[in-house]
Amino acid sequence: MNDLTLIRKNLFRKKLRAILLTLSILIAFFIFTIIGSFNRVLNAGVELAAADRLITMNNSGFTQSLPYAYWGRIQAIEGVRNVSHMSWFGGYYQQPTQVVQTFAVDPETYLAAYPEFLMPDDQRAAFLTQRDCLLVGETLALQYGWSVGDRVPLLSNIWQKTDGSSSWEFDICAIYTASVPEMSTAAAYLNYDYYNEALAFNQDRVGMMVVNTDDPMANDAIANQIDAMFANSTAQTDTATEAAFTQAFINQIGNIGLILVYIIGAAFGIILLIVGTSLVVAISERTREIAVMKTLGFPAPRIFRMVLIESVMLSLVGGLAGVGLATLVLKGLAPVLAAFMPGLVVTPGIFGMALAMMIGFGLITGIGPAMNAHRVRIVDALGKQ
Amino acid sequence: MTSLYTLTDLSKGYTRGKESITIFEELTMTIPEGDFMAIMGPSGSGKTTLLNLLGGIDRPTSGSVECQGVRVDKLSEGKLAKWRSQNVGFIFQFYNLMPTLTAAQNVELPLLLTGLSGKQRKERVATALDIVGLADRKGHRPRQLSGGQQQRVAIARAIVADPKVLLCDEPTGDLDRKSADEILETLQLLNTDLGKTIVMVTHDPSAAKYARRELHLDKGRFVEQVQEPAQ
Repeated sequence: MNDLTLIRKNLFRKKLRAILLTLSILIAFFIFTIIGSFNRVLNAGVELAAADRLITMNNSGFTQSLPYAYWGRIQAIEGVRNVSHMSWFGGYYQQPTQVVQTFAVDPETYLAAYPEFLMPDDQRAAFLTQRDCLLVGETLALQYGWSVGDRVPLLSNIWQKTDGSSSWEFDICAIYTASVPEMSTAAAYLNYDYYNEALAFNQDRVGMMVVNTDDPMANDAIANQIDAMFANSTAQTDTATEAAFTQAFINQIGNIGLILVYIIGAAFGIILLIVGTSLVVAISERTREIAVMKTLGFPAPRIFRMVLIESVMLSLVGGLAGVGLATLVLKGLAPVLAAFMPGLVVTPGIFGMALAMMIGFGLITGIGPAMNAHRVRIVDALGKQ
Repeated sequence: MTSLYTLTDLSKGYTRGKESITIFEELTMTIPEGDFMAIMGPSGSGKTTLLNLLGGIDRPTSGSVECQGVRVDKLSEGKLAKWRSQNVGFIFQFYNLMPTLTAAQNVELPLLLTGLSGKQRKERVATALDIVGLADRKGHRPRQLSGGQQQRVAIARAIVADPKVLLCDEPTGDLDRKSADEILETLQLLNTDLGKTIVMVTHDPSAAKYARRELHLDKGRFVEQVQEPAQ
């Protein structure tokens, strides 16, 4: 037997109370882990954004296109290493509910802009040279059972071909994976030239430009230069770093971070009160036992420490159970949500933060009862029968 | 006999509201090593207070409590706790065992304050339980034991760290006559065979008969009666 044996036995001496308190803490950390993981994935784009990438879009919003000719003009700016472009195709497979996030891109400059795309060399070569090639993400390929060599039609709910058809035939010539787990592999990319030549309208327009700079320190200057270059044109531009662009896009959904703080703050505040009060009562019920321990010679600081450890232990038991349950739930959800939220897992960062919060929570709820235990006067406590 | 305790001009009082209450004033006495002393007296005469002062769990208003050269009343809280763990064993009327621990674990509790290994602690616990005749109940929790058995566990807990003195506050107050006699015989055995100094507060004259001497505390003064140990 040692101090931990005593702490453990005291912690679970009233099983129903221990279970209810553990459940309360479990719920708090379950919510924290789930929301924290979703928030991380939502913000992964910001973290994944390369420092040397700028996004140039129409000043009126990303639904408005830019002239294709801007591509060459931006390329000419000093300090720009690579310029690519991407256009929203708005495709679906067989029926409108089977949405396929598809973009028309310039293959060579696009893969140069995004080195995160991984694929075998022969498939890369095919995507660069074959005009009707469709580059498909691994998650998307798994979703529809596609493999290299398949011929698939994609329908666009925006674009029509000159023959009046909305169906575009593609040859799946490459399947990509991502060098980082948080990057989505649920999209498809087609050759801009193949798409642009067949367009019935809006030809020679692109959705947005992706600009790689030589030096991230020069980002602001180059962004200003680009926007100044088209300041008096019909399609004015708005250029920002990829991180700022992604953050602005996320903010359209709402300030997830703030929502997270409110929800978790409320949950923790309530549970803190419940657990704190219960611990005060629990320690108060043991006043006599604490007095006996002091009589036997247990020093007050040691008793203070034991009560504090008891509180931290309770927090750890409930918290780890909550994180564990959330991990299982996320494991079940991850394949279902892989297309929209890739990399939905409990990362070491979230686990570490949860662990720190468990310890902090235990210390906050335990400090009051521990001080009460420290202050117990033997004569007073033993005098009460 | 060598003196274990020396109390000099010991006074104890407290205030209740605006009223000052004196329990005893300028009490002077010695307790020899190996003594078995019963303290008797009416309720409120200060028996338990005196026991608390001897055990270092209360402090006198004035005067001194000295135990083998150590001024107990002058020790800091931390040093008092250590002194108690090494020198004093307490036995209470209501046993005060930890309900979540087994008999053996309750007995082991004071040994957590020593540097003994787990094996050494186990041996000491077994010996202490054997002395009080409860070796076969070591795995039982307090609620699974009778009052007499619980008090035996409390005695084992009090002696396991081999203290010099046992302070007993109404140790048989909650027991039937038969169990009380068994407990008192055990205390007597600890005094005669193991040389433990015992100070016992009791209301029960027949319990006091087991002691070597009785002291009657009345209005802050002692009236001593020397007697032969009960057979």
